[in-house]
Amino acid sequence: MSKALVELIKKNFAAAVLETHSLYGDETVVVEATAWKEVARFLKESPQAAMDMLTDLTAVDFPEREPRFEVVAHFYSLARGHRLRLKTRTGDSEGDEAEVDTLTDLWASANWLEREAFDMFGVIFKGHPDLRRILLYPEFEGYALRKDYPADKIQPLIAYRDVPNIEKVAPFSVDEGMAFGRQTHTDRRNDTDDSQVN
Amino acid sequence: MGELKQTSTHIVEPGGAGGAAFTTTRFEAVLAWAQKYSLFMYPFVTACCGMEFMAVSSPRYDFSRFGSEAPRFSPRQSDLLWVVGTITQRQAPILKRIYEQMAEPKWVLAFGTCASCGGFYDNYACVAGVDKVIPCDVYVPGCPPRPEAVLDGLMLLQDKIQTGNRKPAIVKPRQDPVVEQNLGLVQLRKSRTSIA
Repeated sequence: MSKALVELIKKNFAAAVLETHSLYGDETVVVEATAWKEVARFLKESPQAAMDMLTDLTAVDFPEREPRFEVVAHFYSLARGHRLRLKTRTGDSEGDEAEVDTLTDLWASANWLEREAFDMFGVIFKGHPDLRRILLYPEFEGYALRKDYPADKIQPLIAYRDVPNIEKVAPFSVDEGMAFGRQTHTDRRNDTDDSQVN
Repeated sequence: MGELKQTSTHIVEPGGAGGAAFTTTRFEAVLAWAQKYSLFMYPFVTACCGMEFMAVSSPRYDFSRFGSEAPRFSPRQSDLLWVVGTITQRQAPILKRIYEQMAEPKWVLAFGTCASCGGFYDNYACVAGVDKVIPCDVYVPGCPPRPEAVLDGLMLLQDKIQTGNRKPAIVKPRQDPVVEQNLGLVQLRKSRTSIA
């Protein structure tokens, strides 16, 4: 069933499909990074595909390749019961300029999954509403799951984080009462001023 | 080890039949003797060692026998900090703040290998031992340590409180299983091959 889906993508996005393969009944389509969002939108909205569930989204680091990262998304259709793995490739050998479009406006589950991929690999998801580190903390240096991250690197200890309105009791509004919420730390990737880092 | 040391204690028997005896000793010795049997613990339980901590505190092993059963979930009311489990980099400042809030005199017991040295969490997210953040008095190795080892650690700490010794100490195994028998364990090597 998924084989028909692969043919459908090939037919609609002939220029964007880099390769396809199949292993143990799991179909994979690799597309250009520029077509990532459009292929995903097609998978969600076309009635033949009807991918209403984004099961997983992550990245893989291949340091010897260029583009270096593969961003992998796993889709599942609850209505039709078929799956598809969609991949794209991005980033230069230094790991910079790894950028793909966000899928958050198509599947809400992409929000945290993309934050995790950003946290661990440094892949930027353009258009993401809240691209911050999700598991690690803002002072963390480097990206932990890149293959060139030193295995024996010890991160510097961070200072205690004072939380505004810590005296307040529940119910909290958005990001209140959290040591790592948006109140204490915003997306500072493009911020050149280091004075706020403790 | 529970008694007052005879070297610093003098029992005086006053003359006359049936007269009450009294004892002289140093004030510090009495104070330490009282402190070591009234440890108010703050359990900083973060990981799986907590299960073993529950075993030690429950009736079968029962560390209330050692006068340390009263948990205080405010650091301001406690003087023994049990660090039970893995401490991540992200949690380290919170642990430090807890330690700073505790009342003097205070002691720290690192429960298990993770709290002592990081254990197998040799990775980007974890702290290799609580002594990177706060001073530590007693280390109890084991993954998790058996309740007997924890009781050994508690008694070791009580000895240290009695003698006023703040030098860090490690609980020694009662019997080293590796020395006793050849387990045929594979020697693991840490490879650090760099990527071209």
